[in-house]
Amino acid sequence: MKFIDEFRNPEIAAKISSEIRRIMPEKRLSIMEVCGGHTVAIFRYGIADLLPENLRLISGPGCPVCVTPNDFIDVAHFISRQKGTIVATFGDMMRVPGSESSLQREKSSGADVRICYSPSEALELAESNPTKRVVFLGIGFETTAPLIASVILSAERKKVRNFSVLSGHKTMPFAMKALLDSRETAIDGFICPGHVSAITGSEMFRFLSRDYHVPCVVSGFEPVDILESIYLIVRQITDGDSRVELQYKRAVRPEGNLRALEMIERVFEPCDSIWRGLGSIANSGLRIRSEYSGFDAAKIFDIPLTEITENPACSCGEIMRGVKTPPDCTLFGKICTPENPVGACMVSSEGACAAWFKYKKVDEI
Amino acid sequence: MCLAIPMRVIKIQDNVAEADVGGVIYRANLDLLPDINIGDYIIVHAGFAIEKLDVVAALETLEIWNEMSETVAEREAVRREGKR
Repeated sequence: MKFIDEFRNPEIAAKISSEIRRIMPEKRLSIMEVCGGHTVAIFRYGIADLLPENLRLISGPGCPVCVTPNDFIDVAHFISRQKGTIVATFGDMMRVPGSESSLQREKSSGADVRICYSPSEALELAESNPTKRVVFLGIGFETTAPLIASVILSAERKKVRNFSVLSGHKTMPFAMKALLDSRETAIDGFICPGHVSAITGSEMFRFLSRDYHVPCVVSGFEPVDILESIYLIVRQITDGDSRVELQYKRAVRPEGNLRALEMIERVFEPCDSIWRGLGSIANSGLRIRSEYSGFDAAKIFDIPLTEITENPACSCGEIMRGVKTPPDCTLFGKICTPENPVGACMVSSEGACAAWFKYKKVDEI
Repeated sequence: MCLAIPMRVIKIQDNVAEADVGGVIYRANLDLLPDINIGDYIIVHAGFAIEKLDVVAALETLEIWNEMSETVAEREAVRREGKR
């Protein structure tokens, strides 16, 4: 397929892999990817096996479902139990366990929960069910936020009053900063998210490379893209350089998608946000502006404060901070599997645990 | 959530495009990317086109890889020669 197959050429991958080995310094290097799409591609194509032994890849907090905390999931369950309500959601949220339930379990107990591929389907659902309140669970990063903004603006234009969004949107740069500030894990470079950057532009990461001297490379999603990005990071390290480089030039502009950014700005404003495993991070979330409060499920429903519990044995948090790998978790592959997931990182196909389980050899589990 | 593959636009009606990838047709909302024409390649996320593929940049990337690959091949050949 055009613009896909050429970017998966195994011969070129082998050559870039050999070039990484040639320029690799003797010290240990850790490179973190912060996009679920990259995590999946890295495991699917066995990228780690093409790298020198002293180069480690860590999966960061880049999977939208995985970073969504139990607070949000519990609120979603509460809303799903309200009379006359339809909860619309991306499919991979269905099985994420909250404090005591999951959307799938709520659905089997009678809640009306529908899976949507696109948020615009949730708006159509509201239009075709005028007597119901349709609530879309808005999760995801800068890539998803403008879609939700666009749908809210269209709901306003069409005067659809029974549609709202529970916003759990998060923005990436301050979470990356929080990881660097914690100094819990050594991060020598970031493979920056390609489609977040298609919206925000690659310049958004400049403060990280400037203030923390960490190379940042905005990468595409094909195997050779990722290998080239790793090569560019290692080359910056050996040159003593730290800057933002754009590897994914075919889809990302330095300034981003201005129309999408303008939509985010119009509908959302920054707020503090809780990330699973990382805690509350200042200005790392997006809430709906008061002008659009009629579409804000957090304002429409009288949401009670309840006690939030996490499974203490689940290591999702440590895994997303790069402190542990999935096999370090006592539940991984034994009690926690894709069929019977305990934590969010095993539920979502973009989660580090799910990708590890699916693609690693049995003796590595 | 994100189909990280470029799709070729084959039809546009109002703000919705039909796009083809390997014979499978997807629908994509164009609200975030209004200046799209038939024949363009788009990146689609959760039913919305988020960016247009820059064909010139794509070919440049492939060109860089080919050059890199040739350089490595030459270096490897020299190394093999030296060992003989």
